[in-house]
Amino acid sequence: MGQLDPALAQWALDEARRRGASAAEVQLVSAESIAAGVRLGEVEKLKSSRERRLGMRVFVDQASATASTAEMERDSLEGFIQNTVAMARLTAPDPFSGLPEPKRQARDLPDLELTDSERGIVGADEALGLAREAEKAALGADPRIRNSEGGEFHSGLYSVLFANSNGFAGEYSATSFNLAAAPIAQSDDGRMQLGYWYTAGRHFRMLEDPEAVGKTAAGRALRRLGARKIKTTRAPVVFDPDMASSLLRALAGAASGPSLYKGASFLAGKLGEQIMAVNVTIHDDGRMRAGLGSKPFDGEGLPTNRKGVVEKGILLTYLLDCYSARKLKLEPTGNASRGVGEIPGVSPTNFYLEPGQYTPEQIIRSVKRGLYLTELIGFGVNGVTGDYSRGGGGLWIEDGEPVCPVQEITIAGNLKDMFMSIEMIGNDLKWRSATASPTIKIAEMMIAGE
Amino acid sequence: MADELVKPEQFFLSRFGMNQSALERTLGSALERKADYADLYFEYRSAEGLSLEESIVNHTSKSVSHGVGVRVCAEDRTGYAYSDEVTFDRMRLAAEAARAIADSRGDRPAAVQVGQPVRRHTLYELDSTPLEVPLEERARLLKQIDETARAFDPRIRNVMASFAAERKLVMIVNSDGQIAADIQPLCRLNVSVIAEDGKNRQMGTYGGGGRVEWDYLFEADRWKEFTLRAARQAIINLDAIDAPAGEMIVVLGPGWPGILLHEAIGHGLEGDFNRKGVSAFSNRIGQQVASTICTVVDDGTLPNRRGSLNVDDEGTPTSRTVLIEKGILRGYLQDRLNARLMKVTPTGNGRRESFAHSPMPRMTNTFMLPGESTPDEIIRTVKQGLYAVSFGGGQVDITNGKFVFSASEAYLIEEGQVTRPVKGATLIGNGPDVLTRVSMVGNDLALDSGIGTCGKDGQSVPVGVGLPTIRIDGITVGGTRASAPEGN
Repeated sequence: MGQLDPALAQWALDEARRRGASAAEVQLVSAESIAAGVRLGEVEKLKSSRERRLGMRVFVDQASATASTAEMERDSLEGFIQNTVAMARLTAPDPFSGLPEPKRQARDLPDLELTDSERGIVGADEALGLAREAEKAALGADPRIRNSEGGEFHSGLYSVLFANSNGFAGEYSATSFNLAAAPIAQSDDGRMQLGYWYTAGRHFRMLEDPEAVGKTAAGRALRRLGARKIKTTRAPVVFDPDMASSLLRALAGAASGPSLYKGASFLAGKLGEQIMAVNVTIHDDGRMRAGLGSKPFDGEGLPTNRKGVVEKGILLTYLLDCYSARKLKLEPTGNASRGVGEIPGVSPTNFYLEPGQYTPEQIIRSVKRGLYLTELIGFGVNGVTGDYSRGGGGLWIEDGEPVCPVQEITIAGNLKDMFMSIEMIGNDLKWRSATASPTIKIAEMMIAGE
Repeated sequence: MADELVKPEQFFLSRFGMNQSALERTLGSALERKADYADLYFEYRSAEGLSLEESIVNHTSKSVSHGVGVRVCAEDRTGYAYSDEVTFDRMRLAAEAARAIADSRGDRPAAVQVGQPVRRHTLYELDSTPLEVPLEERARLLKQIDETARAFDPRIRNVMASFAAERKLVMIVNSDGQIAADIQPLCRLNVSVIAEDGKNRQMGTYGGGGRVEWDYLFEADRWKEFTLRAARQAIINLDAIDAPAGEMIVVLGPGWPGILLHEAIGHGLEGDFNRKGVSAFSNRIGQQVASTICTVVDDGTLPNRRGSLNVDDEGTPTSRTVLIEKGILRGYLQDRLNARLMKVTPTGNGRRESFAHSPMPRMTNTFMLPGESTPDEIIRTVKQGLYAVSFGGGQVDITNGKFVFSASEAYLIEEGQVTRPVKGATLIGNGPDVLTRVSMVGNDLALDSGIGTCGKDGQSVPVGVGLPTIRIDGITVGGTRASAPEGN
């Protein structure tokens, strides 16, 4: 976009030093986007935006402070930097804090094809057209589709420039495209069910076509019609790919440095141990071409990488930024994430479970009585203990066949046991978000209903 | 920055070099096509946070953000554009982008004349905000919290405490000529505690705040109460047994368990969902949706509460809206757009996260009015059930009405007595049905301590909830322990 000014970044680092900082980091971010929404064939909303922010972290020896601002003129930045240094002086020194050792900083910054330069930001008319097409396919799929929360298309361009006073400077841009449809099916008794489906990618050509998005969304609404509660029981649970991805997110959270050094993770002390079934292998790959979680360097300027996190069920590594690595006496893993003007956090990059050999149909057929889980609601995952209890819905399976939709039930267990009892893994890994999984089957969970 | 405390609208005009004519020209440009309404939302927010872990205050942060959002409404269409550069040129570009949703029209629209001030409430006129308290003093409180939690029990292994404070200045100018401005202070103290006893590890969390001064945390030793509640929760949960699974009688304690109302009722009564007919509550005004002892209101006018506002984010003064009166569904929560389309009055519930977002109907402080029973009476009536006093988050599927909320501190009730603590479990129910099962309402209405944040369509806003002790005769509890004979 050419809006991020490396000279401004260097000036800010120098200014921090002049104001008494011993070290500093600066982040310049710009974002532009358009979001178009259509409902029942008519334009409902159109939103366009552009934003720029500058974030800093300054150190006075081992004390630090972070700050961010939208005021980018040097005049007002002078006061901003002075205040930030003053705040750092009031903060307690922390022996584990500090910039990464210079030798760890990324040197090669490969082009990961994160930008669709042909498309850039999609224009308003085309964006509305795509949203309209997806919704139309959903509305036309079946006469029981009688209402809609609409179709939506989003296109964005994000650029970040990051530099520190140890000489690191890096920059990258990324585009993203997202198309969704949310039709509502209604049965004759008046009860309604929403169906939702989306497609997303860094390049426009990676998206599913609008008709497929709409039809899938409609199918998902229709198959929920007539859903009922079931009696409380223990049974196997087959997680569809999106539901299985949510388990991977819980794993990544528990494997992240800050939860570990705080003693707030059920994976504390488990490095090198069997934490999942032997058929499970999980990778984190920050350099996947055009990946939704890809970036050439992490939130502290370390190179991203590809690594096995779990191999044959063994936990090989945690996900660490420099601070948590020092606290845990381990090496940082290139997983620092960074909000503008925030301290580094940790997040996985492209995080996925290696596909297995079974088709989703084979997995469902293997279940005599159990649940095919296609939706989850609520936040009932306790990362400290692994206790798991969430609202769910899906299809009830009898003798290997889905027989009726179910809802208003919960599924519960403990992630430690659930991870160890992943019995089957599907071959249906698809990338729609930075964390992805194929279908998986968990041997048994408590399902609460009537 | 003392002047804006008297006249926040002056702040925007002077800081960004705006004048009345720039506002009028921007609104005029926004309305150039066939539109019903346009507004400009100016925001200037400063926020500071500090946090403690492992007994040192090792993080401090500050952020300043500002921007302007331009909205154009034509029938049920909304165009929205924003910029973080508050200049006339940027506003004009935003107005051009936002008006793209409107059809082009023949005649020139009438010129907009700005200048009609909106009367706002005075719910949080503070002498000073916590942002003016020296950082050292704020850090000292976090250290005190750390010491207090650790002294509570030797099994407390780690304490994480944070304090966040912000001040937001907003100005809303609309094509009806109205101008509204407000200064919105907000703060929140949060305490998380990890306890360990060799076999188990548990976390306890509590906190509070509001649109209040720093001293609020010291009145009645509130900070200490928050700390001890977090510590106690972590210690109690060390001995928690598996939660039961299945449908059972549940007694909810007062205060924060009001999240039930937020999820089960509140979202389903937001005007946008009902105008579109996509809510499980659509077209049900006047119908019985709760037992006759239930009256539920949403009230944005409670002084100093986290969910309160002098004017909403469209410049409408907030109000008290009766949602359910003695079991009968009475009203929806409205912003301007949905109120106009449904031909009702806006209720002051048009809210947005920031200038980067278009407003929509949102809750403020949502609670149930007190009943007759004492909490003890209610518990004594239960032979076997669950008593839940603290919750994490919740969520709802508006369309089919199913909602969840997750208990983080709960106990068994056996033979009319609260007995053993049980592990956290998610409760799931059906919004239009769950309040019909309320058989007792306590006389102990409490509002939450000021910790709620509500997410909708990617936008977060601060909210409050409240509840007296209530008895629900059957809701599904998602534990792991079979409490009834198995089988399907």
